[in-house]
Amino acid sequence: MMNSSRADNHHWRKVKNVLASTTTFVSALLVIAPLALVFFHLLVNGASSVNWAFFTHLPKPVGEAGGGMVNAIVGSLELLALASIIGIPIGVLGGVYLAEYGPARVNWVLRFVADVLNGVPSITWGVVVYGLVVLRFKGFSAYAGGLALGLIMIPLILRTTEEVILLVPNGYREAALALGVARWKTIVHIVMKTASKGIITGILLALARVGGETAPLLFTAFGNRFWNHSLSQPIAALPLQIFTYAISPYDDWHRQAWAGALVLVTGIFCVNVIVRILTRQRTASVV
Amino acid sequence: MANPDPTVVERVERRAEPPPTAEPAPPLTFAVKNLSIWYGQKRAISDVTLDIASNAVTAIIGPSGCGKSTFIRCLNRMHELVPKTRIEGRVLLQGQDLYSSTIDPAIVRRRVGMVFQKSNPFPTMSIGENVVIGLRLNGAHNQKFLNERLEKSLRMAALWDEVKDDLHKPGTSLSGGQQQRLCIARALAVQPEVLLMDEPCSALDPIATAKIEELIYELKTQYTIVTVTHNMQQAGRISDYTAFFYLGKLIEFGPTTKIFTNPSERQTEDYITGRFG
Repeated sequence: MMNSSRADNHHWRKVKNVLASTTTFVSALLVIAPLALVFFHLLVNGASSVNWAFFTHLPKPVGEAGGGMVNAIVGSLELLALASIIGIPIGVLGGVYLAEYGPARVNWVLRFVADVLNGVPSITWGVVVYGLVVLRFKGFSAYAGGLALGLIMIPLILRTTEEVILLVPNGYREAALALGVARWKTIVHIVMKTASKGIITGILLALARVGGETAPLLFTAFGNRFWNHSLSQPIAALPLQIFTYAISPYDDWHRQAWAGALVLVTGIFCVNVIVRILTRQRTASVV
Repeated sequence: MANPDPTVVERVERRAEPPPTAEPAPPLTFAVKNLSIWYGQKRAISDVTLDIASNAVTAIIGPSGCGKSTFIRCLNRMHELVPKTRIEGRVLLQGQDLYSSTIDPAIVRRRVGMVFQKSNPFPTMSIGENVVIGLRLNGAHNQKFLNERLEKSLRMAALWDEVKDDLHKPGTSLSGGQQQRLCIARALAVQPEVLLMDEPCSALDPIATAKIEELIYELKTQYTIVTVTHNMQQAGRISDYTAFFYLGKLIEFGPTTKIFTNPSERQTEDYITGRFG
């Protein structure tokens, strides 16, 4: 009796085990599937339109086939540069404050606010900058677009910087302070240097995130079919151009939108690969 | 940053010269008077009065949580890194009050170096960079001066012969015992007057421990050394004076031979003979 019930139990445990591992495996596949689908779709529809002209030519006038998106690619890079000027210093310094200086109560508030900001829909940033900058200076501009993206970057970089700085073992801070090194020098030369790969990783991830944003640019950078000659003028951006082309009635523009999406996703994919390589080296050393 | 801080270079060079023979070294390095330390509400050290002799090794022994580490950390104001600490009483280094409001803790720490329980060479730096980083961050940039200090510090830490061809390799590539000697070299590079050691051998094997003990013996000719140890035999081997702490109080202090052979307090005897702790 005892033996047979034990055998049954054993059998049932095996079944449960197989069930659990199958369900989790299928779920894991479902995680990978969208990325594979997106890439497959983009390749099928966009690969044929990714050519030399796409990277070197301006858009052609409506009705003419051909042309490229060079202004949008350069525009996106300009916007990311502007966003970095705002987002990186504030985000990194804020993260350092959180990890090294802030009293617990202030930190609690800062973290809470940063987490809320990270959850704010990106179009909200567009509206806020529209109200604050575009209306006041009476025009869409690269500055406004860069500001919107930069504001999105701040809380992202803040939190990742804080986390990697907290990972630096306290022994290094103590060792430096015990040599009579000033607090700020210890933080800059020892702590931040030790955490530098992690900080750079956080910055790259934030750039990859805002590089694909469309909504905050709709009423700030606005888009432009030509070169942008002044940062106080509207500027093209890859996601905006994709949006405009995708909702247009022209087949040629649709093809270019696919190509643009393929280029954008490939770029973001590459940034993520770089981040992987950086973090792999990071775990191989210390932090 | 570009201008070397002359005071550091001058002070180190001054220290590097042999002391004038006419002036005898002061016998006392530290005079601790009625020292009490609180972490928030918790009193970690109660009313400790103790003199620490120059050019000698003073060992602090006692069971875990008795305040040994807190005590040596207050000798270079490192305990202040814990928030909400409070101190009463006085700590005099060569007659100067370390806790006077005009004294910068960073200056105290340049005069009183420290080696920690866990060796902690900076992971982003080579062996050579680790040794001179204290000088460099304190404003010394003259490469010739730094190279001199590099070799001298590594020689004093008995590490030069083992690493002289690998100075560019990461400090973390060394063995545990070598890393600890690297940390000693790093502390010596800024030419402190005192070297505090917080259980420097507790993570090392017996051979590496023997090397550090030998080193401590040699270093005491030039430095005053205060070391915390859990290892009674080690205290007996390396120290000239021993202080026994229990529950934040100094129970007994005296020459090591007396503490180990003829302690006046019952608690000291019980601890040394292994009846508790």
